[in-house]
Amino acid sequence: MTAPARAFGDVILEVEGISLAFGGVKALTDISFDVREHEIRAIIGPNGAGKSSMLNVINGVYHPQKGTITYRGEARAAMEPHHAARNGIARTFQSLALFKGMSVLDNLLAGRNLMIRSNILLQALRIGPALREEVHHRRRVEEIIDFLEIQHVRKTPVGRLPYGLQKRVDLGRALAAEPKVLLLDEPMAGMNVEEKQDMCRFILDVNDEFGTTIVLIEHDMGVVMDLSDRVVVLDYGRMIGDGTPEEIRNNQSVIDAYLGVKH
Amino acid sequence: MATAVAAADTFPRLLAAHARERGASPAIREKDLGIWQSWTWAGMAQEVRLLAAGLAARGFTRGMHLAVIGDNRPRLYFAQLATQSLGGIPVPFYQDAPAPEMTYVFQNAEIEIAIVEDQEQADKLFEILPQCPKLRHIFYDDPRGFRHYKRDELASYDSLRAEGEAWAKDHPDFLDQVVAQGKGSDTAIMLYTSGTTGMPKGVVLSYDNLINTSRAYAELEGLRDDEEVLAYLPMAWIGQNLFSYAQWLVTGFRINCPESAETVITDMREIGPTYYFAPPRVLEALLTQVTIRMEDAGSVKRWLYRYFMGVARHVGGRLLDGAPVSFLDRTLYVLGQAFIYGPLRNTLGMTRIRVAYTAGEAIGPDLFVFYRSLGINLKQIYGQTETCVMVCVQPNGQVKPDTVGPPMKGVEIRLQENGEIVLKSPGLFVEYHQNPEATREAKDADGWYHTGDAGYFDADGHLKIIDRAKDVGKLQDGTLFAPKYLENKLKFFTAIKEAVAFGDGRPEATAMINIDMQAVGDWAERRGIAYSGYQDLAAKPQVYELVRECVEKVNADLAADPKLARSQIHRFVVLHKELDADDGELTRTRKVRRRYIAEKYEGVIHALYTGADHCWVEAEMRFEDGRTGKVRAQLAVREAKTFAPQAAARAA
Repeated sequence: MTAPARAFGDVILEVEGISLAFGGVKALTDISFDVREHEIRAIIGPNGAGKSSMLNVINGVYHPQKGTITYRGEARAAMEPHHAARNGIARTFQSLALFKGMSVLDNLLAGRNLMIRSNILLQALRIGPALREEVHHRRRVEEIIDFLEIQHVRKTPVGRLPYGLQKRVDLGRALAAEPKVLLLDEPMAGMNVEEKQDMCRFILDVNDEFGTTIVLIEHDMGVVMDLSDRVVVLDYGRMIGDGTPEEIRNNQSVIDAYLGVKH
Repeated sequence: MATAVAAADTFPRLLAAHARERGASPAIREKDLGIWQSWTWAGMAQEVRLLAAGLAARGFTRGMHLAVIGDNRPRLYFAQLATQSLGGIPVPFYQDAPAPEMTYVFQNAEIEIAIVEDQEQADKLFEILPQCPKLRHIFYDDPRGFRHYKRDELASYDSLRAEGEAWAKDHPDFLDQVVAQGKGSDTAIMLYTSGTTGMPKGVVLSYDNLINTSRAYAELEGLRDDEEVLAYLPMAWIGQNLFSYAQWLVTGFRINCPESAETVITDMREIGPTYYFAPPRVLEALLTQVTIRMEDAGSVKRWLYRYFMGVARHVGGRLLDGAPVSFLDRTLYVLGQAFIYGPLRNTLGMTRIRVAYTAGEAIGPDLFVFYRSLGINLKQIYGQTETCVMVCVQPNGQVKPDTVGPPMKGVEIRLQENGEIVLKSPGLFVEYHQNPEATREAKDADGWYHTGDAGYFDADGHLKIIDRAKDVGKLQDGTLFAPKYLENKLKFFTAIKEAVAFGDGRPEATAMINIDMQAVGDWAERRGIAYSGYQDLAAKPQVYELVRECVEKVNADLAADPKLARSQIHRFVVLHKELDADDGELTRTRKVRRRYIAEKYEGVIHALYTGADHCWVEAEMRFEDGRTGKVRAQLAVREAKTFAPQAAARAA
């Protein structure tokens, strides 16, 4: 079954003229691109191209020296992590950000902590609104567990799970925050073919069912070309291409960056 | 049992009777979003009514077939009931069957409507749709992934139910009318047998078949309406249909659908079933899990486990059978109960089990005894789809690991000349759907069903299944030779993966044996025996010694069996390569292809009967990429000790 031509919304996130340097090392130079609502946007490039730095700029871990980030119509010189999180930007990490000793369920509940309204005393006493709220949060988390098909490990400590499943839980943890924009840092790294296929399906389903906008960094070219609506290519901190997978495939500077140039 | 339930002769009537008599008590539960959701009998009857109305609105009427495809989900059970309420016939499918295998059934049963669990199943049906022009409607339960589907055939279960709601308003008493037309001899369900040869056959079972069988089991085991049952086996399997569906509707207990196939063990712990059914492979998987976890436990726990499991093996089964047990043994068993058996049963979710059945294939005695020694009343039953599994069951207190018990009440069994079991049973199927030839072959003019299994009754009147009738032969002296029986006994040892026994028309029995690389490899490593690969390991004298011990244990067992004592294995070889389906030696379902093996290994068989102490084999091997190569090896032929028949006196 092929999906009909996908319709995208307005620009939800735009970066303009971003430059980031650590001392004399220029990580990013004058990067501009936009992300539209509901699309899957990939950032690719060889090692050290500045992909993770770009993601870190978007969610406020790094503050660029130049440029602006416009998120949902609000322009800023730099994001702050808590601001990003409160306004619907969630991310997964290349090296996983999970509490290894806690169960899958508790990890996902932890992912919702920004949404918990009742104070610590009410929660401790488990009365009235706190209890109702907890039931609500648990339900949302159970929906994510069902969605990601991890019911069988619900109560298993995350540290005991195989790596591919931990990656899935990390995705679940990010989803628990009900993000508008989801940043995925190499979601397929270290996975076998079957796990990659599963992950692709989940990413597409998240995008489709929840309407979440997705920005992802990935090394696996096959995955990127199949999954993404538009692709940004970075090389040595510069943007050398931006377009649909088809356009990127035929872009001479991208081919040069990946395959090398004859001298 | 209340009268309306006892008098009901079809499933829809049973449902109506339960809805009246125990309307408020739960009938079916499903774990969803981490919580057990339940439907009461009355609630379920209402669901079924609306769904039936929806189907009726779409033109489904008496005598039509409806496909039900998916895991155990309450809504698929409702779909079966709704179909039956309208006088139609549900045809459940194995949920993991690939699409091409479904085509034939859809054509054969002329199915127009299918109710499926999810996108995966719907996709399969779209794949075969061009070959199945009759298929008009596909209704799905789980909407996930269907958002972009634009197919006229497709609609959701919810929309069907909503249609039914509207339709039922205009036809308020439609259901009572169709249910009133039903009778016990109507077809209740059609189950397709896998069919090792040719196309699958649709086994037609009537309400009488299923209800009589269920009532017989309920009476035999004293089943009540407060049993808890886990519905976790494929809906297309007769075992599931009898024990979790027909039995459920007859007895009025509760069935529980697990959250997913992976969560069955946890869900079982939460439910604590009282009545349980599992094929041997499930029991084996559970035991393996226990064993692995015990290997990882601390030394004190390991010692306790080993010690008390020894006590249990010795005492547990006898306690269950009500045999005399000494005071000391009783005391030890009580201690074991506190330290090991109780916690273990709890972990397995088997604390509350009153009756557990296993069937489907031969179960290893060690496996069987393990569960019984824990105090779990596990029993073997014998039957096939065609008999509604109503042939033999082991009675409480007289359970022997190697027989399936005496015939059930109402079942008549005759043994043919060649040992084939032929029988009459109240559960005996009506016919194969649109296949009178196959029906005639299986059921003769007088109504005797030919099972194709060979067996005999032991001194206590318990039936012992030994082989497929067509494989049973005779030794030169005319005594019975059942190769599969010997092979199964050999394969129950972890060291032996596959075995082929010879003996038909020969003076004595011999065997070719495949070791299990994993098990024997571990065994060799622990003893510091170095080996370079399968062939090398298989040829080690120590491995031969290990296999010889297994063969001799089998021989000792056989010596105690009056009918089979002559079939003791005199000589054997350990093969240099695994028998493989790619080499044509096994079928895809890992059954031995005797004739082919006899030709291919003619030299080896010759050596087994000439007294040579070794032989050469040259075998062609097919690699996974399709290339072929030759393997040449010398195989040693070894003798095994045989024993004098012991139980000759009992045989008479």
